[in-house]
Amino acid sequence: MKINSFDDYQNLRKQLLVLQPLEQKKVLVCCGTGCRAGGSLEIAHKIEEDLKAKGIGSSVELVVKKPGCQGMCEKGPLVWFMPQGIFYCSVKMKDVPEIVEKTIAKGEIIERLLYKDSETKERISHHDSIPFIARQNRLVLRNMGVIDPMDIKDYIRAGGYETLLDILDKKRDPDSIIEEIEKSGLRGRGGGGFLTGRKWKACKKAQGNRYVLCNGDEGDPGAFMDRSIMEGDPHGVLEGMILGAYSLCAKEGYIYVRHEYPLAVKHLSHAIQEAKEYGLLGENIAGSSFSFEIHINRGGGAFVCGESSALMRSLEGKVGEPRAKYIHATDKGLFDSPTVLNNVETWANVPLILQKGAKWFTEIGTPKSPGTKVFSLVGKVKNTGLIEVAMGTTLREVIFGIGGGIIGDRQFKAVQTGGPSGGCLPASHLDTPVDFDTLTQAGSMMGSGGMIVMDDRTCMVDVARYFTQFLIQESCGKCLPCREGLPQLHYFLKEIVEGRGKEEYLPKIEELAQVLQDSSLCGLGSTSANPVMSTLRYFREEYLLHILEKRCPAGVCKALTSFTINEKCTGCGACLRVCPVEAIIGQKREKHEILQAKCIQCGSCYSVCKFDAITIGKRS
Amino acid sequence: MECLDMTKVEEILQAYPHDETSLIMVLQDIHDTFNYLPCDALKRVAQELNVPLAKVFSVTTFYKAFSLNPKGKKVIRVCLGTACHIRGGEEITQEFERQLGVLRSQTTKDQEFTLETVNCVGACAMAPVVVVNEEYHRNVTAIKVKDILKGEKNED
Repeated sequence: MKINSFDDYQNLRKQLLVLQPLEQKKVLVCCGTGCRAGGSLEIAHKIEEDLKAKGIGSSVELVVKKPGCQGMCEKGPLVWFMPQGIFYCSVKMKDVPEIVEKTIAKGEIIERLLYKDSETKERISHHDSIPFIARQNRLVLRNMGVIDPMDIKDYIRAGGYETLLDILDKKRDPDSIIEEIEKSGLRGRGGGGFLTGRKWKACKKAQGNRYVLCNGDEGDPGAFMDRSIMEGDPHGVLEGMILGAYSLCAKEGYIYVRHEYPLAVKHLSHAIQEAKEYGLLGENIAGSSFSFEIHINRGGGAFVCGESSALMRSLEGKVGEPRAKYIHATDKGLFDSPTVLNNVETWANVPLILQKGAKWFTEIGTPKSPGTKVFSLVGKVKNTGLIEVAMGTTLREVIFGIGGGIIGDRQFKAVQTGGPSGGCLPASHLDTPVDFDTLTQAGSMMGSGGMIVMDDRTCMVDVARYFTQFLIQESCGKCLPCREGLPQLHYFLKEIVEGRGKEEYLPKIEELAQVLQDSSLCGLGSTSANPVMSTLRYFREEYLLHILEKRCPAGVCKALTSFTINEKCTGCGACLRVCPVEAIIGQKREKHEILQAKCIQCGSCYSVCKFDAITIGKRS
Repeated sequence: MECLDMTKVEEILQAYPHDETSLIMVLQDIHDTFNYLPCDALKRVAQELNVPLAKVFSVTTFYKAFSLNPKGKKVIRVCLGTACHIRGGEEITQEFERQLGVLRSQTTKDQEFTLETVNCVGACAMAPVVVVNEEYHRNVTAIKVKDILKGEKNED
């Protein structure tokens, strides 16, 4: 059915809400990537089958939905019961019959499936009372894990497309929308933090066929915010883009999605199809004179294509090499036409701002970084997952408040933000409020929102080497500093982690880093030394231990590490079972031993030992 | 070497405008069809889209999604994103190398498995992650590698 006016939309929404009221009984089985890997699709099907077989709840009274990521990926597969709000974690196929019989049929709670708070050891029955959820401010993620991303009706029921229809109905002046976005102070969520409104304004001034692009080439390792949004709330992104196109008078748009995200492509393609069927995309949107098309382009698996000019070359069918930035994309971007490129999360913010107003938005977050930010909280933290907090929230609140602290209550060592362009911040920075400017000042950057928590078992020299290696692989090779400088930087770091490091390498690394920063063509090269520089700044001691004492305190650098079993060993056999090369011997309840000739220093034994019986030592 | 079904290439070419802007999308479709980019197909693409063959190769070798060599029946992708790296992704890659007797980005002699590493599959909350074709394995440890391979072999 086509929506031809605001009245059409309101009538449709009313009808949809009669058919399926918001307070209707729902079973929401999280089908984000994490829960899918745990078998959530099968669980959802089994629940549906069992309900049918038992004749519980007709479709009017109860629906089983497969929404996108609910965020608590660590505890998946997740099942959430509405409207009661009961929330189950780590659900398995064998739990389904009991769930159907007790929780769905009788509303009884199954204690063992409830979330267990790691600190108080208490079971928490309701979704909104779990600290991981309660401490967040989910605005962009409001629909995530609740609506079915493959059904536009669900998005409309949640109030989706209302802002767009309202603006079209009132024939609102396009420039006033740009004005509103500028007033809101929204900054690009892809990492740069450039003012979105200013970008739009610059593009509007340029003459020609304007293009509106969405950057879904989320390449930062350790980040999956955009993936989850594209998969879980695709219409939110589309609505943002349509609003952007309306304000810029653009007729065509592209979404550039990473090659590694086939599910995002599927959900977005389906959403575009549905939006067209409802008359919300294509010719004469909702009966107005405004027409706009969106195409999807799959990336080719090149990290550098997340860079704006490289992304546009890739869309043109070319090799994704960046170009110098004296020409702005807002003047000459895609096909040399004025272009606005925004990140997925930025677009998802647009409908919210236009619905609630710029003033509302500026009241959230900090004066210079208003709004919220979605982070992927991962690494050595208890509650890994997808979170959203107001800008200005401290790292401590994110990692310990929401994340629940470090796995195994080990010692916090660093948090990495900003991907390969960012840096590692130590414990002394835990009280830093997170926004674009504070992170940059501290030697890291916001980036797209990956937040990787590291404990004392993470070697910072190895992390620096890892990022440098990553960037060598991803450098496009166009400019010399990046192409040749990174391998040289990697050489120094490799020498250090392999025990051949010299003290004079450190000033050389610093000099090289400066050259990379000053003379690279694009952001990939100019920020490429950040991981090395931030670790040198905060963890110089660790570099020196590697160089002078030939010791890796974290037990990561194999050439410098040996594992031995100490007197605390109870002979439980846990280490013996996980050793991939059978290098551990010992009788039950007797002290075990590691055969050094066979040991490959993988550290599996260390990770499983509950008695602190494995000692990390120096390699002899 | 089996003969290449060029009709499939023609079909793909038909679906796109014949100019340079279609190049990457055409190559992606061909790759999806054959699981690699056969040389003869590339020549045909160059001719039809009016793009020099050298340029086609330049695009082919620039993007990681493209392979000029046939891949194994099952592609094992070990994620080496940051979260996977610090939770032992490298150890898992090495264990796969030991178990399969090939190095990363190689294919086993029986054409059964190709071992690849990937710079983040975006499933960081369940690190370390291994993706076999489309199936995700979460929280993999070195010792689980054998089980994954066993499971894959049993499926055949």
